[in-house]
Amino acid sequence: MKYVIYPVALALLAAVPFVASDYALGLLIGMVTYVTLASAWAMFSGPTHYVSLATVAFYGAGAYVVAMLNEVMAYPMILLITAGVGATMALVVGLSTLRLAGVYFVIFSFGLAELIRQLITWYEINIYGTLGRYIFVDITARGIYWQMLGLAAITIGLTAYINRSRLGLALRVIGDDEVVAAHSGIPLARMKLMAFVLSATILTLAGAIASPRWVYVEPAIVFNPTVSFLTVIMALFGGANRLWGPALGAIPLFLAFEYLSAHFPDVYPIFLGALFIGVVFLFPNGVLAGIEGLRRGKKEETA
Amino acid sequence: MVNLFKHAKACTTAFAVAAASFMTAGHATAADDTITIGYAVALTGPNATGAGISTVPNYRLWVDQVNGEGGIEMPDGSRKMIEVVEYDDRSSNEDLVRAIERLASQDKVDLILPPWGTGANLAIAPLMARFGYPQLAVTAVTDKAPEFAARWDRSFWMLGGGHDYATGLVDVLAQARDAGTINNKIAAVSVADGFGIDLIKGARPAFEEAGFELVYDESYPLGTSDFAAIMSEAQASGADSFVAFSYPPGSFGMTKTAQAMGFNPKVFYISVGGAFPIYPGIADGKADGVMAIGGVDGTSDSVKAYFDAHTTFVGNPPDSWASAVTFASLEMLEQAIGRVGLDHGDLAADLSSGTFDTVIGQVKLEDNQLRDLWTVGQWQNGAFVGVGPADKAGAAAPVIPKPEW
Repeated sequence: MKYVIYPVALALLAAVPFVASDYALGLLIGMVTYVTLASAWAMFSGPTHYVSLATVAFYGAGAYVVAMLNEVMAYPMILLITAGVGATMALVVGLSTLRLAGVYFVIFSFGLAELIRQLITWYEINIYGTLGRYIFVDITARGIYWQMLGLAAITIGLTAYINRSRLGLALRVIGDDEVVAAHSGIPLARMKLMAFVLSATILTLAGAIASPRWVYVEPAIVFNPTVSFLTVIMALFGGANRLWGPALGAIPLFLAFEYLSAHFPDVYPIFLGALFIGVVFLFPNGVLAGIEGLRRGKKEETA
Repeated sequence: MVNLFKHAKACTTAFAVAAASFMTAGHATAADDTITIGYAVALTGPNATGAGISTVPNYRLWVDQVNGEGGIEMPDGSRKMIEVVEYDDRSSNEDLVRAIERLASQDKVDLILPPWGTGANLAIAPLMARFGYPQLAVTAVTDKAPEFAARWDRSFWMLGGGHDYATGLVDVLAQARDAGTINNKIAAVSVADGFGIDLIKGARPAFEEAGFELVYDESYPLGTSDFAAIMSEAQASGADSFVAFSYPPGSFGMTKTAQAMGFNPKVFYISVGGAFPIYPGIADGKADGVMAIGGVDGTSDSVKAYFDAHTTFVGNPPDSWASAVTFASLEMLEQAIGRVGLDHGDLAADLSSGTFDTVIGQVKLEDNQLRDLWTVGQWQNGAFVGVGPADKAGAAAPVIPKPEW
C-alpha cells in the first residue's frame, strides 16, 4: 500500500508550485528545508542521542561552496563538490570528536560552527581580499523547491532504510548504552562516523540548494546559530527517534514562527525559549510519543 | 505501528488545514482610498539594533506625518491614507525573502519599503525586480552599486560605497596636513567584516596617493571588546591621526579606551556609531572634535525641523548618517507618487530622472544612485555636522586638532 501512497504524495507535492502563489511557494520551500534539516539531524542524533548543534556549520558551508564556485562552473557540478566537501568535513570532524560524549559533544558541535565561520572569514579577508560574495545562479524558486523536496524524500527514505539495517540497530544500541554496544562487538567509531557523515552531507547539500535565494552571502549571514537551534527543537518536538517525527515537528513549528513574525514580531524569541523548556519537560520523546503515551494511558484506564 | 500511522495521518491533515487557512488569511485588500505599503525589517536578532536606529523609526515617522496631513497626494489631487503591513525578518535573509514574497503575492501591497543592511537589500533585489517594485535601498553601502543599478533597473542605491567614505576622509586629512596641522602619519584599525574591509581597501591606496604614510594598519575580529593593546600600539606609532573603520561596539569601546589611557591624537576618527545620538553620552560628554562617517548639513533648517519631529515622535534624535537619507528616500517616493501615481514602471522612471525636495536638500539621482553624500562628519558644539566633502553646500570647517578628552 505505502509503495503507492508515498510516490503519489511526492508527485502531488511536486505539483503544488503550479497552483501556489509565490508566497505559498516560499512557505513550502522553508517548510521542506526544515523538514530536511530536522530529518537529517535526527538521522545521526536521534538514535545515538548525540545532540549536535553543528547543523549550521554544514548548512552554511554548503551555501559558501556555491558562493565560491557559482561563477566558475555549472550548478550540478557544484552540488557534487558540495556533497564531497560536506562528507570530508564530517569525516575529519567525526574522526577527531566522536569519542567525546554527552555535554562535551554538544559544546564542541556548537563551537564547530563558530570555528568554520572564523576560518572562512580569515580566508576571505587575508586571501580573497574581501568579505561577502554574490550568488547569481539562474535557478527559480520552483527549482529550489523541487530540489529540496527531492532531498527531503531521499533523507526520509534513507532514514527508513537505515532504521531497518544493521547500522540502525547498531546506532540504537550505542544510544542506549555505549559500553554494552562495545562489548557486543559493535565497531563504535565506524558506526557513529557513518551516520554522522551521511547526516552532514545532507545538511551541506541543503545549504547549497537554499543558497541561491540569498544572492549575497557573508559569514555572519550564513552561519546564523538560530538555524541549529531551530533544527534541534523541531526534531525533538516531533520526536527524533521516529521516521516522521522530525518532519511533523518541523511543519507546525515553522508555520507557528511564520505566524508570530507577522503578528507578534517581538515575542518570537520568548516563544522559542518557552518551547525549548516545554519540549524538554513535557515531551522528552517528542509529541508523537507523548500522544501515544496518553492514548495508551487512557486505554489502560478503560480496560 | 498502524496506530502510529493513523496519528501521523490525522496530524498531517490537521497541519494541511492549518497551513491552508494560514495561506489564505492575508490582509484585506486595500480599499480605493488607501495605499498599502509593506516592509519587512529586523525587529529581532542581531540586525535589530541598526534597523531600530536608521530604518524603522523613519518609516513610522513618515507614515505618521503623511497620514496626519490626510494621506499621500495623488496626481489627480485626491489623497490616500497609508496602511502599513509590517513583518519581522528575524535578521535572517531566508525569512526576509519569504516576507517579500508574501507582501508581493499575498498581501499585494502597493509599495514595498526596503529592509536594513547591505546583505538584506541584495537578497531582495532580484525578487523586487521580478515583481516590478521600485527598491529605494538606503542602508546598503556597496562599491558595486553601479553594477546593481544596471542589473536591476528599478533599484536605487543611496548611501554610496566604502570607497567614497575612505577617499572622503583622506581628502579632509590631506587638507589638514597641507595646512601643517597634522603630520603625514596615519594609524588605522579596521574591523574584520565586510564593511571594515571595504573601507580599509579603499583607504590604503588613497592614503598612499595623497602622500600619507600608514604607520599602523591592523584589523581586529568582530566582537572584540578589549582595545587597549591596539590603541596603545596606535599611540606609540607617532601618528597624529587615528582612523578606525569600525562598527558601533568597536567605535564606542575605542572611544572609552582612548579616554581611559589619555590617548589624544589630533584626529580621532571612528565609523559606524559615531553619528548616533547616544555617542556624546558614550564619550562622557566629550564628543566634540570626534570625526565619524556620515553627517548632515548643520546649517539647514529642514534638517533641524526633521530632527525635532523625530525627537518628538520617537523620543530621541535620529542618527546623523543614514536616518536623514532614509527619510529623504521616503519623501522622494511621496513626491514621485504625487507626480505619476502608483504604477511601478512610471514610479521607477520618475525616481530615476526626477528632482526632489527633501530634508537633505534637492536630490537628483545619477544612474539610480545618490552621489551627493556627506562622507565625513564631526561633533561640533554638541551636534554632528558634515565636514566633508569640503565643497558641499553647508559643510562646516573641521576642527583639527581635536580638543583633549
